[in-house]
Amino acid sequence: MIPTLKTTGGLARRRRNAKLFAYFCMVLTWMCIVLLAVLLVHTTRDGIGWLDLQFLTEFPSRFPERAGIKSALWGTVWLIGMTAAFAIPIGTGAAIYLEEFGGRNRINHVLDIVIANLAGVPSIVYGILGLAIFVRGLGLGRSVLAGALTMTLLILPIIIIAAREALKAVPMSIRHAAFALGATPWQTVRFHVLPSALPGILTGTILALSRAIGETAPLIMIGALTYVAFTPQGPMDQFTSLPIQIFNWIARPQQEFHQLAAAGILVLLAVLLLMNATAVWIRHRALRIK
Amino acid sequence: MNRKAANVLALRSGARWHESVIKGGLFLCAAVSVFVTIGIIAVLAKETFGFFQNVSPLAFLFGTKWTPLLEPRSFGVLPLLGGTMLIVAGAALVGVPIGLASAIYLSEYATPRMRGVVKPVLEVLAGVPTVVYGYFALTFVTPLLRRIVPATEVFNAASASLVVGVMILPMIASLCDDALRAVPNSLRQGAYAVGATSYEVSTRVVVPAALSGIVASFVLALSRAIGETMAVTIAAGATPKLTLNPLESIQTMTSYIVQVSLGDTPAGTVQYQTLFAVGALLFTLTLVANIGAHKLLKKFREVYE
Repeated sequence: MIPTLKTTGGLARRRRNAKLFAYFCMVLTWMCIVLLAVLLVHTTRDGIGWLDLQFLTEFPSRFPERAGIKSALWGTVWLIGMTAAFAIPIGTGAAIYLEEFGGRNRINHVLDIVIANLAGVPSIVYGILGLAIFVRGLGLGRSVLAGALTMTLLILPIIIIAAREALKAVPMSIRHAAFALGATPWQTVRFHVLPSALPGILTGTILALSRAIGETAPLIMIGALTYVAFTPQGPMDQFTSLPIQIFNWIARPQQEFHQLAAAGILVLLAVLLLMNATAVWIRHRALRIK
Repeated sequence: MNRKAANVLALRSGARWHESVIKGGLFLCAAVSVFVTIGIIAVLAKETFGFFQNVSPLAFLFGTKWTPLLEPRSFGVLPLLGGTMLIVAGAALVGVPIGLASAIYLSEYATPRMRGVVKPVLEVLAGVPTVVYGYFALTFVTPLLRRIVPATEVFNAASASLVVGVMILPMIASLCDDALRAVPNSLRQGAYAVGATSYEVSTRVVVPAALSGIVASFVLALSRAIGETMAVTIAAGATPKLTLNPLESIQTMTSYIVQVSLGDTPAGTVQYQTLFAVGALLFTLTLVANIGAHKLLKKFREVYE
């Protein structure tokens, strides 16, 4: 097909249109930055006044001035810790299988498609699955364990996709060298491919976990939205989490609770920022070593 | 180094069954995804089947009244579907033009330094938890809307769909950016050589060449908007109704699911089953959208590789 390019108007007008279009795109792009700034300023202005040590060390309360996020913070730590313990080995293992052992047969093609589609399933559907299988089916109740297993399923596709990218980035020559020296496939992966892919896998994993920290809907589904004034002591304990506590406060009509929610959001965003900074740091360090 | 070499030798002297066991274990890890998919489908299908023994599928899919928690009960899902589509349409109105314009700016105009500023901002926007967007909608966007149009209800579709639009914007921008950058430079150079302006190159050569990738990004983003839960639960209200007026309170499929799970609904009741029936509809819609988008993406990759 030979493309044709019809133009309208004289050259001056066409040039002016081109300039206008460039500005139009630039302004819309800047709007993204402005939106982010407005979001942050609005939240900070609402929440900063409530943010003090007491806010971090008190349990939630009916009285806004006494309310804090201790149980939510510890709940999130438990939830994410256990999610990481499940999701990292399984996700990395799956990625290693698909990249290093899979080959190009029909089963692996199906696995590819399944993982790509799972990444697009709405988080609340994972919540329904968690409710039906973990909470009721396996009788785990509204425990941290049920929450962590649900979160694991949710972030597994993200970890697999990120880890596969990291493994793909390892040069083939490393594998060839290992095989040439008589290493078995697993030895090649264990001692050569995995160490060089590790920074990439860690970065992807941290980003996936930071997604899990902010997830609310699946936890509401498995019944985590209850009044919890204790920190979990074991995997079978009830729990709450930061986004759940924030949602709980937003859902109340009083202004004070909305401001508490803003303070909670500031803590949540700080945690996410810390995790992202860690990911960026790992990425940079790996680049420097190379 | 010595320890590493020793390890390698130790493993090597071990029998080959060691390798097969590890390979099997890794295969099981990969197979978890298949189990999850089967699990989702089985769970949704089982309870939805039970639901359809109480309510006819036709009454569910084409009924225009959704009152499963009140007498007289009615199980027409159209109001929920309509609410979701209202949100999706509003989100598309915000996310599609801004996302595409940002992508064009990033791939065609921006200097590397500007890319270095805009890309991280988009990543941060994409990483903000949805509950935060919900808070923003309720405490910032809604009051603003009510000042502009006083007739706006406290919970309204407009506010929620605006923030859902912001939420899907980074996804559209970065996927479209990828698609535009995959267009070979020779096409641009050819168009410039025959005297086209940058506007003509962008809109008549680059964008059409990347069209399937761009459309795929829209479809993926809209599927994300369909499944978006927290912002609509917080800001759009809980009034299932068929309306085109974005200033009214509505209810989406996702926020209905949250509403039911917040209440104490015993397993086995029709109300409990509605959760899965609505979930199954949601899952089907997003799955169809995702499969369609991946087909488009595959087609677009084949053109230039």
